[in-house]
Amino acid sequence: MISLKGVGKRYHGGFDALKDISFMIEKGEMAFVTGHSGAGKSTLLKLVAGIERPSSGSVLVSGQDLGRMRRSAIPYLRRNFGLVFQDHKLLSNRTVFENVFLPLQISAFDPREAPSRVRAALDKVGLLGRESAYPVELSGGEQQRLCIARAIVNRPSILIADEPTGNLDADYADAIMDMFKSFNQVGVTLLVSTHDESLLEKFRPRIITLHQGRISS
Amino acid sequence: MMAWLSINLHAFLSTLRKLARSPFSSFFSICVIGITLSLPTGIFVILENLESLSSTFSGSPEISLFMSRDASRDQVSEIEKRLKSEPRVSRFKFVSKEDALAQFRNDNEFSDVVSSLSRNPLPDAFIVSAKRSSDLEALHVEMGKWPKVEHAQLDSNWVRKLDSILKLGHVAAAILSILLGFALVFITFNTIRLQILTQKDEIEVAKLIGATNTFIRRPFLYLGALQGLAGGIAAWIIIEAGLHFMNGAILELAQLYSTRFALSNLDPKESLILFMLSSSLGWLGAWFSVSRHLWQLDSYS
Repeated sequence: MISLKGVGKRYHGGFDALKDISFMIEKGEMAFVTGHSGAGKSTLLKLVAGIERPSSGSVLVSGQDLGRMRRSAIPYLRRNFGLVFQDHKLLSNRTVFENVFLPLQISAFDPREAPSRVRAALDKVGLLGRESAYPVELSGGEQQRLCIARAIVNRPSILIADEPTGNLDADYADAIMDMFKSFNQVGVTLLVSTHDESLLEKFRPRIITLHQGRISS
Repeated sequence: MMAWLSINLHAFLSTLRKLARSPFSSFFSICVIGITLSLPTGIFVILENLESLSSTFSGSPEISLFMSRDASRDQVSEIEKRLKSEPRVSRFKFVSKEDALAQFRNDNEFSDVVSSLSRNPLPDAFIVSAKRSSDLEALHVEMGKWPKVEHAQLDSNWVRKLDSILKLGHVAAAILSILLGFALVFITFNTIRLQILTQKDEIEVAKLIGATNTFIRRPFLYLGALQGLAGGIAAWIIIEAGLHFMNGAILELAQLYSTRFALSNLDPKESLILFMLSSSLGWLGAWFSVSRHLWQLDSYS
């Protein structure tokens, strides 16, 4: 499903964020990327999500080479992904419902069926009662769950989450990890970055460890 | 189809909300666009009015040949013969001094003056039309030199001068229109840019979750076109109001000359052209603005 071969990312000024990264994630697999901050976790996830292009090597998702894709084809590729961001990237002037509705609107989903899809996604993350609230009225954990609801409303085949439990209490973090596990059980491929060792001990997933831009064993 | 309609309707409604959210700045940008557009449009309206005025007067231009008063019958018929044999002349009419005097006598205003005269002060005259108006000038000069012709007058002189001034006016108005058309695009570019800046996060998130550039552009294009249209309507109101006030003054002037004349307004077709032009220029400005922003976003990755 996801395959990286000899991938490197060099930013302007010659800084190498990633060097010679190769790995493969099968369909329906759950993999965690760990490492210290600055090890290149976020960059790796951005390359897989098609947000940034690799400087060298190839990133293949569902058989498509992201580095060689036409710019205009990227939006359609992204609709196969559910993205969960560390800083949530919620829209503060839109309600909970509208935030989750946005991906459906973008993919021109049938407007008659969209509301029930939005509610189904909110139900999965336990925010069904808060449809008309605005993001600022939510707690940190609720905001993260809202971000997850937005990521899964399109029923993506791949869920990519960057530090989804970043600033959360252990209880909240466990709840979110349980949620991810349940998505994985219904066949969603998961790629999650975290620096939280305790989560890894609890779930024992496949781990890809980064150290200074390289995979360390 | 349903989805497409829903997307466009949603974009349109959110555009209206955007305009309503900042009523003052929207109003001011619309006014600026309206004033910008009213200038060339107003000039065109005035030129058009002058044109219709000049065409009512010009008709077919004629040369009036006035014989000297001491010209004999023979000398007059000599001129008549020359006119008959002149190939450039299409037709001519002889007005004898007696006929001319009779015409004056019939005119109420002049009858008293004419009856008080001891002798006829008017000369014999020919009114000559040319086949081609381009020959008029040459004929005018030649005929002036014919024997016993006291004076040859080209009646259309001032009309032709007016026509060439109007032509110049059209060129000037066209240049002004193009310049101000650019100005309108730039104004829209800037107001849309400000809108984009307030919605930077929305654009970024929408792009991250798979929005195409078309999707992101759409509401801004609506905004630009709608703002342009509103500006066009503002220009229309400015011109109509301006003509209304000018017509009040012109009515007074026309009464002094005992003629009827009023400036005509923009007709429905011209109004439609104005509205279509203003909304498409607004659309264009918005397109440049969003495209520039999207280009900047894309160049990061």
